[in-house]
Amino acid sequence: MSSVVVVDYGMGNLRSVAKAIEHVAPEAEVLVSSDAAQIAAADRVVVPGQGAMPDCMRELAARGLREAVIRAAAEKPFLGICVGLQMLFGHAEEGNVTGLEILPGRVPRFPDAAMRAADGSRLKVPHMGWNRVHQAEPHPLWDGIEDDARFYFVHSYYVEPTDPEVIAGSSNYGIPFTSAVARDNIFAVQFHPEKSAQGGLRLLGNFMRWKP
Amino acid sequence: MLAKRIIPCLDVNAGRVVKGVNFVELRDAGDPVEIARRYDDQGADEITFLDITASSDDRDIILHIVEACAEQVFIPLTVGGGVRKVDDVRRLLNAGADKVSMNTAAVQNPQLVAEASNKVGSQCIVVAIDAKQTSPGKWEVFTHGGRNNTGIDAIAWAGEVERLGAGEILLTSMDRDGTKIGFDLQLTRAIADAVGIPVIASGGVGNLQHLADGVTQGRADAVLAASIFHYGEFTVRQAKEYMRDQGIEVRL
Repeated sequence: MSSVVVVDYGMGNLRSVAKAIEHVAPEAEVLVSSDAAQIAAADRVVVPGQGAMPDCMRELAARGLREAVIRAAAEKPFLGICVGLQMLFGHAEEGNVTGLEILPGRVPRFPDAAMRAADGSRLKVPHMGWNRVHQAEPHPLWDGIEDDARFYFVHSYYVEPTDPEVIAGSSNYGIPFTSAVARDNIFAVQFHPEKSAQGGLRLLGNFMRWKP
Repeated sequence: MLAKRIIPCLDVNAGRVVKGVNFVELRDAGDPVEIARRYDDQGADEITFLDITASSDDRDIILHIVEACAEQVFIPLTVGGGVRKVDDVRRLLNAGADKVSMNTAAVQNPQLVAEASNKVGSQCIVVAIDAKQTSPGKWEVFTHGGRNNTGIDAIAWAGEVERLGAGEILLTSMDRDGTKIGFDLQLTRAIADAVGIPVIASGGVGNLQHLADGVTQGRADAVLAASIFHYGEFTVRQAKEYMRDQGIEVRL
């Protein structure tokens, strides 16, 4: 039986993530935990995240989970969601904080100047709603999900990887931006698979079966 | 590009959907979770529950509904009604809501918006604005379900809640609510153009063209409706196909 820990560092809607995983992997042991030992013992780790990046980094450190998350990202199937993606990178414009620096790159805010639709109307920030994700390359987590499928997003900042090799998916909102990254055992997405209906559930199911 | 969202709204009283919902083969027309699932199947982009429970004894029932919903419905859920403190916000989010909407309490205590968004993030905080036209090109904010005129200018208030940290505005025209003659497009456009956060148009939808107009003329980012979906007049899918045929980007 496969076990997965959804890392609880006090930010965001963890129940939804756990429930969605239970829904697609009823045989799995799904644990919402802020215990470093449980994270270390799990077969798979999901790092969700919502809210402001500085708060997330602070809470992660306050709960002594920084090292546990870094280690999980180095050695087992790892899924980052939203801020769980952003924290993998380095400098974040939001609150001028540094992430875990697991992947090189930065996390800027959607630039005001680019936030115009073709008809001249304003593109609102946060980028909230269903947008298309273009798959940069085939990946086990995209299995059964059509290219350019829509997923649910809600964020004001996005990741800008230094290494284009890690880009697994991209989207467009005023500007093109990276909406999924993959490297070895890491897969991380800007959108919320737990809120993205069938496509999102499929991705979570793929993650639970993934053997990187 | 980002799709315009269609959001069915359910009024919930002590855990039951008010006004009933007429779908074929619905087991329990009063069960909010079953109805939310049905809308999810139809392709709804989000679901909104408006808790209109008056008795304080029954207030916690909505938390159980939200918990049950979070186990079965995998699209975003917004819950509003009776939210007065940051703790109310937190309890709803912990139960599984993705966003919490506040209305009267935000007007009475604008700092609540700031506190809540600082604590849980702007993306979880929706401010509902009930607006009524008081003279041409001017709308004022009403509270307590449209009974109290606050005298506050609706456009100025929209800008204020954005500054306070709201992540989204749910805008209801009290003049149009329940009329089925369409959104107040002038109001919707005025607010949508005034703020940098998404605006959901609400109040007055009677047909599918009204939904399309809310987006194209009102410039709303999302449209919310209740009765046209509840009574089976139109499915969410039909609404989306109609909008797509008008060149509006939707998720199908």
